[in-house]
Amino acid sequence: MTTLLSVEGLTKAYPGVVANDDVSFSIEPGEVHALLGENGAGKSTLVKMIYGLVRPDSGTMTLDGRAFVPSEPRAARASGVAMVFQHFSLFEALSVAENIALGMEDPPKMRDLSARIAEVSHAYGLPLDPARLVGTLSAGERQRVEIIRCLLQDPKLLIMDEPTSVLTPQEVEILFATLRKLRDEGTAILYISHKLEEIRALCDAATILRLGKVVASCDPREKSARELAEMMVGKVLHQTKSAGQEMGEAVLSVRNLSLPPATQFGTPLSDIAFEVRAGEVLGIGGVAGNGQDELLSALSGERKSGDHIFLHGQAISRLGPTQRRHIGILSGPEERLGHAAAPDMSLIENALLTGSVRENLAKNGFLNWPRTRAFAEKIIETFDVRTPSASSAARSLSGGNLQKFVIGREVLQRPEVLVVNQPTWGVDAAAAAAIRQALLNLAASGTAVVVISQDLDELMEISDTFAALNGGKLSAKVPAAGLTVDQIGLMLGGAHDMEVADDHAEEALHA
Amino acid sequence: MIRLEKRPNPSRLWTALTPVLAVLLTMIAGGILFAILGKDPFEAIRTIFWDPLFNEQFAAFSRPQLLVKAGPLILIAIGLSLGFRAGIWNIGAEGQYILGAVCGAAVGLAFYPSESPFIFPLMVIAGALGGWAWAMIPAVLKIKFGTNEILVSLMLVYVAEKLLASMALGALRNPEGGGFPGSRNLSQHPGTDNPELIAGTGLHWGVATAFIAVILAYILLNRHILGYQIKLAGQAPRAARFAGVNPNLLIAICLGLSGALAGLAGLFEVSGPAGQISIDFNSGYGFTAIIVAFLGRLHPVGILLAGLLMALTYIGGELAQFMLGLPAAAIQAFQGMLLFFLLGLDVLSNYRIRLTGFAAKGAS
Repeated sequence: MTTLLSVEGLTKAYPGVVANDDVSFSIEPGEVHALLGENGAGKSTLVKMIYGLVRPDSGTMTLDGRAFVPSEPRAARASGVAMVFQHFSLFEALSVAENIALGMEDPPKMRDLSARIAEVSHAYGLPLDPARLVGTLSAGERQRVEIIRCLLQDPKLLIMDEPTSVLTPQEVEILFATLRKLRDEGTAILYISHKLEEIRALCDAATILRLGKVVASCDPREKSARELAEMMVGKVLHQTKSAGQEMGEAVLSVRNLSLPPATQFGTPLSDIAFEVRAGEVLGIGGVAGNGQDELLSALSGERKSGDHIFLHGQAISRLGPTQRRHIGILSGPEERLGHAAAPDMSLIENALLTGSVRENLAKNGFLNWPRTRAFAEKIIETFDVRTPSASSAARSLSGGNLQKFVIGREVLQRPEVLVVNQPTWGVDAAAAAAIRQALLNLAASGTAVVVISQDLDELMEISDTFAALNGGKLSAKVPAAGLTVDQIGLMLGGAHDMEVADDHAEEALHA
Repeated sequence: MIRLEKRPNPSRLWTALTPVLAVLLTMIAGGILFAILGKDPFEAIRTIFWDPLFNEQFAAFSRPQLLVKAGPLILIAIGLSLGFRAGIWNIGAEGQYILGAVCGAAVGLAFYPSESPFIFPLMVIAGALGGWAWAMIPAVLKIKFGTNEILVSLMLVYVAEKLLASMALGALRNPEGGGFPGSRNLSQHPGTDNPELIAGTGLHWGVATAFIAVILAYILLNRHILGYQIKLAGQAPRAARFAGVNPNLLIAICLGLSGALAGLAGLFEVSGPAGQISIDFNSGYGFTAIIVAFLGRLHPVGILLAGLLMALTYIGGELAQFMLGLPAAAIQAFQGMLLFFLLGLDVLSNYRIRLTGFAAKGAS
């Protein structure tokens, strides 16, 4: 059997982060090949390069023995590569057949196309009425439309990006039957997921990415989910901070916090309970979309709740963000541009965004710009933010520099409690180390720090205690020292109830 | 393929220069248009931009008109610009303008024939409240039910026009008017009049209020936390909530404030230049002010200049129709060009044009 697609030394760097670093792997015809990795490991960038959406900086691809350099998705499709995206691109007001015709280069007559759709959909066990409006279809049925759109091109390689995240368990079974049928006909499938059990059930080979690099290749059927998780997360979970540090009394406590989702796709928080002591760094791990955003907004005051959150025993749940800052609860959301900072505003104006209360930047509502500028310059200097000046727009900074500014802005306000979500997401190694050190220093000065992150290495490095957020539920917290990958994997629910854990995972990745 | 690419840090020089450049380009394109119509382009441009201010024959009449026309435009545009900056789109200033005039006039007429000096201040308050109340309808509906304020405020303009007609024909009709529609003349009655404060300038209380509004808006936007929150909510709504901004409160403030200012403009107009409530009292200031707000790029000083420029093209346009026989449509096209060039140049100062395949820099 000749290799269908081989990828050699593919590298793609974005400012501040190397998304793919010398990635090589190959896919045989009729193989279901898993691409496995945590969020941010570089899976999406890799398949975007194969599908012609992103151009690699270096490296080569070979398809069917010929050099493969897709300049755009159309070229990739012409070469026999099709892709089903996690987010559908369908018009709800059009019928199934019309939607499919829209995506074709040279659509046949509608009647012929409808007949073909009906034929293909039945052949692959994906029944679909070509005349139905897409708006009336379920998520699973919409995915069928996308799959059939691909199958009509008779692809040699089908790429599926987190296909099961929108499906019910029954629909997953149907999808897998279809994919197996395709495989038996010789179509290769590149299957992207971080759901380990699914990959073990479906895939013949797996390439595991971590921080943009291929860390392992294996046959997933011969490995346990735990072994796969170890390869995905990496075995080296070392401790840099001595355990058993002196900690003060409980500062922030959360009891029985439940919150309905803010949006249709959000995760409800259910019965969250924890407490953080002065000087403690609590690491909250979990796959994105398991309630991280919701937990942060409940703690920052963007969303209010009943009497479930207490500072030194005082209920604070009904206070808004400004009042919470006043009493010392500060936070750093995950999304830098648009949430933690206003992209088109200068760093000075962004310093005001959260600093006005504690830094006395406004008096009777009137702003003290010289003081605000001084505060912004202090952040820039203390945290080594690389920027031409404090007047530069936030969006002109690199991700790492803006993140240092955003974290620095909160740290310099001497919070009693600091809650950060993904503090080093998409940040280069040097900036990430600086941010982690700043959080540790803050804790050493007596602040209670909560770090929500998907980066388990990071959490093991800086946390005193660890808890896992899974499907909107928080596990009991345990001392971080001495935690093994096995235990973390079990806490994250990785091996036993994946289908619940990951329902909304990928939305956060693409957000 | 042409692609627009956002400039990370737009040049401040270009941002400041684009309005000037837009006016120059409008003059050139307008000149070509007028030449095609068989008129001398230089004379036409001079008639529009120069004669209203400096021609000996016309200036005495048209110079005061400049402030009379610019006053309400600036006053309304200042209010609108605050909402526009926050992403709250009040399109119904025309209706709020009408309601301000009707409420203010009603108070003035209620005291007729008293000439007490307290009547006019009461009318001012009533005018502002009338415009405010009319704008609070879309505000409350948006806050309570999430309705679209663009549609609601716009449709309320037509309701206001009907209300105006019924007032002119019914409740506020001049009992001594011989059955003609329209109220008593407020500007000819001491106590309810809004006189020219300095003879020959056109400066009345409304113009003075507009200037004060410019100054206060400048302070609000640059020195006050509310102005900061307005800008933040418009640019990054999620960051605004993170900063503790209450979006509903902001909707109420922005719509209420712009309604109150539009109402004031209506009151000053009905008690001054217009003189009375009539069926066709409103003349489109509320809509033109939207253009003025954007022409002044939502900046108070810019709006001041844009209001004056817009008023000038109106007066000069009328003069050109009258003197050169230019069709009204040509004048409207000319005014449209101004907005077109301004918005076009605006895009170029914020984005660069990239031709895919080979890198080419935009013309700006």
